[in-house]
Amino acid sequence: MLDFAGKRWYYLSFSLVLVVIAAAALILWQLRPGIEFTSGSQFTIEFTERSVSQGEVRTAMSELGHPEARVQGAGTNRYLIRTKELENAPPITGGEGPAAEGEIDTIIAALQEEFGALTREDFSTVSGTVSSEIVRNATFAVLAASVMILLYIWWAFRELDRPIRYGVCAIIAVVHDAVIVLGLFAILGEFNGVEVDVAFLTAILTVIGFSVHDTIVVFDRMREIMKHDAYIPFNEAVNSAMTDTLARSINTSLVVIFTTLAMLLLGGETIRYFLLALLVGIIVGTYSSIGVSVQVLAAWENGDFGRFWRRIRGQREPDDELAADPV
Amino acid sequence: MRSTTTVLTFLFVVALTTFAVIVVWPSTPYRYLPGDFWPEGRGLKIAGFERETMRLGLDLRGGAYLVLEANPGADYDGDIEQAMEGAKDVVERRVNAFGVSEAEVQRASGNRLSVQVPGLTLAEAQDLIGRTAALNFMTYDDNNNLVPATGVINGQTIAMTGSHIRNNTFAERVGTTYAVVFETTGTGSELMEQITTKALQYPIGSDPRNFLVVMLDGEVLSEAAVQAVISDSGQITGQATFSEASNLSKQLNAGALPVPLRIVQSQEVSATLGEDSVLDSVKAGQVGLIAVMIFMILYYRLPGVLASGALLVYTAVTLLAFKLVPVTLTLSGLAAFVLSIGMAIDANVLIFERMKEELRRGRTLNTAIDLGFQRAWTSIRDSNVSTLITCLILYWFGDQFGAAPVKGFALTLAIGVVISMFSAITVTRTFLKMLLGTPLARNRWLFNAAEVRRTSATTRPAAESAGD
Repeated sequence: MLDFAGKRWYYLSFSLVLVVIAAAALILWQLRPGIEFTSGSQFTIEFTERSVSQGEVRTAMSELGHPEARVQGAGTNRYLIRTKELENAPPITGGEGPAAEGEIDTIIAALQEEFGALTREDFSTVSGTVSSEIVRNATFAVLAASVMILLYIWWAFRELDRPIRYGVCAIIAVVHDAVIVLGLFAILGEFNGVEVDVAFLTAILTVIGFSVHDTIVVFDRMREIMKHDAYIPFNEAVNSAMTDTLARSINTSLVVIFTTLAMLLLGGETIRYFLLALLVGIIVGTYSSIGVSVQVLAAWENGDFGRFWRRIRGQREPDDELAADPV
Repeated sequence: MRSTTTVLTFLFVVALTTFAVIVVWPSTPYRYLPGDFWPEGRGLKIAGFERETMRLGLDLRGGAYLVLEANPGADYDGDIEQAMEGAKDVVERRVNAFGVSEAEVQRASGNRLSVQVPGLTLAEAQDLIGRTAALNFMTYDDNNNLVPATGVINGQTIAMTGSHIRNNTFAERVGTTYAVVFETTGTGSELMEQITTKALQYPIGSDPRNFLVVMLDGEVLSEAAVQAVISDSGQITGQATFSEASNLSKQLNAGALPVPLRIVQSQEVSATLGEDSVLDSVKAGQVGLIAVMIFMILYYRLPGVLASGALLVYTAVTLLAFKLVPVTLTLSGLAAFVLSIGMAIDANVLIFERMKEELRRGRTLNTAIDLGFQRAWTSIRDSNVSTLITCLILYWFGDQFGAAPVKGFALTLAIGVVISMFSAITVTRTFLKMLLGTPLARNRWLFNAAEVRRTSATTRPAAESAGD
């Protein structure tokens, strides 16, 4: 049997370092919000006549009155261009006749004139009123998912002592995973111009689901062991459950990583970062089911936090607490 | 050793899978599979129930997506709820009138409508929705200027416009050209009667004041001499082709929007990009599936082979569900499906790990199968419920602002999770039980359970060793 619970501080310190780095990146650079969260327009074009460089496109956009446009390569001779909200939304009112030509058409026509034939592959625009609502709903979605999962675990583990601790620890692992993925995207946003969009949010929520999935498998094993032998020392139950489920955790994650990696390498350009977020989230989620949720629970059940708190305040250790720690 | 139930379940699984494969087999298999000898799939067609192809979302088939917001203005005093329902009907009629297949118009939060029109560019869609037939009837005044044709009803001067004709117009051939035949409403018939009576005071065909001009969106559509008094019905002549006449008729029938609408969000995907995404995803799915199967077979040996079989059943049945429901497949939905393949295997992994433990403890295969499933069930249940909770919230989130990709992802993942539980619990178990009594069942190596003596901790739970 491997001693996981006894070495909990190694796992927790490693996680803490990762979380601190991720949080620092988040605070320092923040996420680069996509147009769904800020409003703006975005389109992809592919030049079919001659090869056009990123700089040329940027200069052209600037000359067209869009110096704020951000041009990003998306494949050979393909560019993703983001601008402020383009005027393509004339009011659709009764009796107005055909819709007025949008600003996007003017831009495309001008680019075509300068660089030759091109195809517009997609175009989207989001106005400010919608984006603020999306941000509000997104925040609510993440909070609601966390609370409902907490409640479910609390209920599912009701036969054990202090079942709420299981729920709280699963959520701590979830927050750990989410912060690391968010931090990574803050770094990618700063250095690669990667933006977060609704798809990214979907990825985060999926990572949350997956992380809890992994944690529950370990908790479930602990539940079985502790129901079987009510007097088993807590750390022994933790170690036994972790040892038993280790092969499963790694195998399952490998399988999901295979499929996600296949999508990432062969799938379309458009969902590359969505899949990257999933991939990283799944790897971190697997680690956190071994190194975070159960370890925090072990620390909590062993009274580590209380001891830590008393040490900070300079109080004396009660002797009986030491007996709970088998290391 | 095999029970009748096992054999029956096995036959059911085989039948279900065969049915699923027949129904989901693509109509253009050469696009996804190597070689060109594959038969073409026909989907399912039973009386009115037709499922020929997978329903693809906008990002996979190309098309336009718009969110329209009502702008009633501060002085709007009507019932906005009613106006929105009316606006939805009008937009729906306009989109459907032009034969756009599977267009979707939905109410979204706030005073918004989300509109999905597959196969069109944004400009075309905008034109389609935004275009209203502003029909005006005009006459010439004494100074030969074009002015709106008016009549007086209850002392009020009212202009004759498209709003005074019924929305049951139709196109008809008139000589060498085409015309739109219309009927007037009550007010319309009074107006037309007054207007035509007045026109008849002037010499027919020679005086401009005898002419009635029909204008659409500020352009002269037809100009004709009034020959007799018109009240209940009339026709707009001068359409060059039948389709032109028919388009005009459709626009007139669709009517005007009760509230002004503004585009607040729009998105367009070209059909080629969509097609590339489908091909890429299918290839990724195939590679992922094969990688998973190889891994499972190498690691779990015989159970791995069975799990691979169960995975194929899972894939076929899930695609069947997508086609029958039907689920609108999107790019993120396909990603969810590929992800759910991994999750489907998880249940198998949990069960096999438990089975292996039981076998190493010296139990018979039959007992080991039952115990393995029984013990793994609680963790399969609890972990999948948490995924389903996430799906539920994602679906709600997507529904709030009409984000079809998010909804598609949630629905696809949820269906995948539910079917994966069926696949692991029924399919894999039945496959395993079918082995009972065959020589294969006695070969421990095939179950990777030969090395009974390892450290006691890995083969026996700590609970028991502590109790001994």
